[in-house]
This record gives sequence, C-alpha cells and structure tokens, in this order.
Amino acid sequence: MKFFSRAHFVVEMFFIVQEFLRQISIKKILCRAWETRSSVKGMLSFFSRIWNYLIEKSDSIFYSDRLSVLLYICAFMLMFFLLLRHARKGKKLFFRQIPGLKALDEAIGRATEMGKPVLYVPGIDGVDEIQTLASLNILPYVAEKTAQYQIPLVVPTRDSVVLSICEEIVRQSYILAGKTEYFDRNNVRYLTDEQFAFTAAVGGIMLREKPATNIYLGSFYSESLILAETGFASGSIQIAGTATIAQLPFFIAACDYTIIGEEFYAASAYLSQEPSLLAGIKAADFLKIFLLLIFIISICVAVFSPEFLKFITLIF
Amino acid sequence: MKRKIPFFITTFVGVFMTAKFFLKDPSVKAVADEIEQWALIIVGFAIVLGVANIFRLSLLAIVRRKPDWQYKVILLLSFLVTSIAGFTAFAIKGDVFGNNVFTFIFYNAYFPLGATMYGLLSFYIASAAFRAFRAKNIESGLMLSAAILVMLGRVPIGMALSDIFPKLANWIMIVPNSAGQRGIIMGATIGVVAVGLKIILGIERSYLRGE
Repeated sequence: MKFFSRAHFVVEMFFIVQEFLRQISIKKILCRAWETRSSVKGMLSFFSRIWNYLIEKSDSIFYSDRLSVLLYICAFMLMFFLLLRHARKGKKLFFRQIPGLKALDEAIGRATEMGKPVLYVPGIDGVDEIQTLASLNILPYVAEKTAQYQIPLVVPTRDSVVLSICEEIVRQSYILAGKTEYFDRNNVRYLTDEQFAFTAAVGGIMLREKPATNIYLGSFYSESLILAETGFASGSIQIAGTATIAQLPFFIAACDYTIIGEEFYAASAYLSQEPSLLAGIKAADFLKIFLLLIFIISICVAVFSPEFLKFITLIF
Repeated sequence: MKRKIPFFITTFVGVFMTAKFFLKDPSVKAVADEIEQWALIIVGFAIVLGVANIFRLSLLAIVRRKPDWQYKVILLLSFLVTSIAGFTAFAIKGDVFGNNVFTFIFYNAYFPLGATMYGLLSFYIASAAFRAFRAKNIESGLMLSAAILVMLGRVPIGMALSDIFPKLANWIMIVPNSAGQRGIIMGATIGVVAVGLKIILGIERSYLRGE
C-alpha cells in the first residue's frame, strides 16, 4: 500500500514537472534574461555606487583595498563556527586520505624496526613564517610517536627561537608519552644561521648518524634538493611537506612522500582528528568551493555583462 | 597557567598585528610597531641560546670523545677565531671588514664554501631528474614528455629544429603549469588564513603541549 502511494506521488510529481517545463522553456528563460539585461545593468551600477560610497567613507578608518581580505576572513569564521557546532554534535566530517601523513606512522615504525633515529627538519625560516608554525604543530605528533617507540628524534634548527620552541615541544611530548628518561636535549640542535652551512651540517648528520627516516616539514629554499638527495643517498625513507611552490618539484622528485601546499596546513588537524581543528579545515574547503563558484559565475556572466565584471573587480 | 599565558600573549599579539593590517589608526600602528620591536629584541637574545647550545654540544662531544669529535674542535676554533676577529675589527674600526683576519676568513673560507654548496645543486638536479623522468606509469610519462618539450623549447637546438618547440614550451609554462601553480597557491593561501586564525583564536594549541 505504501509502495503504491509513493509510486502515485512520483507519477504526480513527474506530470507537474513536465507541465512546468512546458510552460517555462529554456528559450523563454533566456529571452526573459535578455529583456531584463538593462535592469540588471542598472542594479549592478547602483550596487557599484553604494560600494564606492562605503569605501570612500571608510577610507579614513581602514585600508579599503584590503576589505576583500576582511570579507574572506569573516566568511571563513562564519563557516568555521557553523561546522564546529556540527562537529561537536558528533557528526562526522569527511576528509580524503593524505598519503604523506598516513606514511608518517609507517616511516617512524621503520625507524623503530631498524633501531635508528628519526630526523625532523622544521624548515629553515624563523617563527615569523607560518610554515614553521604549521611544522611546529606536527612536531608534537612525531615526537610523541618516537617517545612511545623509544627511538631518538633529531631536530636540527637554523633559528635559535625555533630551537627553544622545538626543545620544549619535544620535552613535553616525551613527558606526555611517559618516557621522560628517553628525552635527550642534545638531539634538538642549533646548527647555524647560514643557509648552506646549515644544509651541509644536516647533510653531515644524515651521513654520520644514518637516520632511518627524514622528515622535512616547513619552509625551504634552494637547499631542499641538496637535503633530499643526501637523504636518498643515505638510504632513508623521506617525507617532505612545504607550501613553497618552487621547491615542491624537487621534493616530489627526491622524496618518497610529499605533502603539497594546503595538505601541509591541514596536517595537524588530520593527525589529531580534533573536531575543532577539523572544522577549520572543512571551513577552508568550503571557502575554496565558494571562490571557485565565484570564478565560474564571474566568467560566465562577464561574457554577457561587462558591468558585472567591473563590479566583481571592485570587490575582489 | 603554563598554557594560559602563552595563549594570552599569542592572541594579544595576533589581534594587534591583524588590526594593524586593516586599520589606519595611529595608536594601533604604534602598539603593533612596539610589538615588532620587542620581537626583534627577543630574537637578538635568542641568538645567545643558539650559541650556547652549539658550544655545549661541541664541548660535550670533545670531552666524551664521541665519534668525529675532531670536527667539533675545528668548529669551535673557527667560531672563536672568526668571532674574535670580527668583534675586534668592529670595536677598533667600526666595520667587521676592517680586520685582515676576518676579511681573509670571509673571502677565502666562508664565501667559497657557501658557493660550493650551492654549486653542488646542479649535480643533485641531474641525479634527481634521472630518477623522476623514468616513465614508469602514465603520469610520469606525461611529465617526461612535458619536460622534454620544455627543454627542447628552451635550448638553441630545439629552436633550430622547429619554431613549434619554443611556442609549445611557452604554452606548457603559461597555461597548464600556471594553472596548476595558481591552484596550489590559492589552496595554500586559504590554508595560511585558516592556520593563522586558529592560532590567534587558540583553537590550534599543539605547539603549547603540556595539557
């Protein structure tokens, strides 16, 4: 009986939709759009005038050319808090697998089996670089794993501020893992501020101490390939992650796994699986979809209406 | 408390630096500039930590006769000689290059060693390219073809063979290459905003540990 009532409903809906399509054909919609083109034009120029007025008025208070950034941040925050509420209700957020991050456990496991250290390079920039901060968010996970498996973790740094932070992170991770006795502060090392001297020193560590796993996460420049190739020559499994576009091809060519751009910033959330962090990643994903939609709509509409293009250029 | 104070400092500094980016207000700018000055001072002090760390590790290695301890002796000697020469020159003539010893070390050791490391890059590019350009599957085959076309378009022999190669190389660089790069840049930029906001708001606190 239930089935028949559902089938009846579907058939009824089919006829309604068919009638609707007959009455409003695509041709009619396009004709109507063409007719209302001038009114759309007027509307857009009206909004453009309002936007210009707002910018003129606010110019004395804030940098109006940076307003679009503020809009993005507000949109991100809105989406973030909505998704956070969603995640805290216990609903699962879907994330695709990131092979480079999945391989972290495997790489640390390999080092454990071989009884050799893990080398973690947190980039060559200071803490004022967001990539270094992203790397410092992943370091606790690696340090805790190495503490659990009781293998040495060598962290060479180029910046003395990064050295202090890394030392504290590694120490705390060993304490949290309950393996304080295995923490060796001599393994968190400051090498030098000079780029190629640092590269040579890290290369020396790779060749002398033979770490089983090399992890390069952070900001890298021309030394990336020298590090990765030396690591390859010493027979280590290598995982690299950076958002520096120019260095990505080198890491892809020389490392076993590479974490690319946005994946690198998502790493900490992916590894911890904390709802608040995952909500942030999902919000960034939605922001990307939103931007993509704006691009597609802008391209389509700009073909028909140059006024719209002007309006979009004004905002973004 | 161990987590609350750093979190408070992070949020305070983050909010002011963000406000400085958007607002023209001179008082906000003054506070943000002051924070930047503090950061510079802290970094200056932190250099002492770095130097202390390198000294401690090297001395320990020498005293305990760890493997390759001889290198540590060279490191400490180089460090001491360069520092003393540089500081002396600066104290006497107000310029680190005012001393022959420092100038000699800079131009005959420091500079050529850095250039050598950079020069090694060309050999590493060749070895990495050899591995990367092996057509093991469709993706690597595509990459190999694109690389061959771009290289042919960039060298004189390619131009001599046909006009198509430079055009094709340009097209690959401008269209598919730029499109891919822009995609990565956009994703990474949104990632930067997300990480920055999470740190400022205290949602991302992995770096503080000790929960």
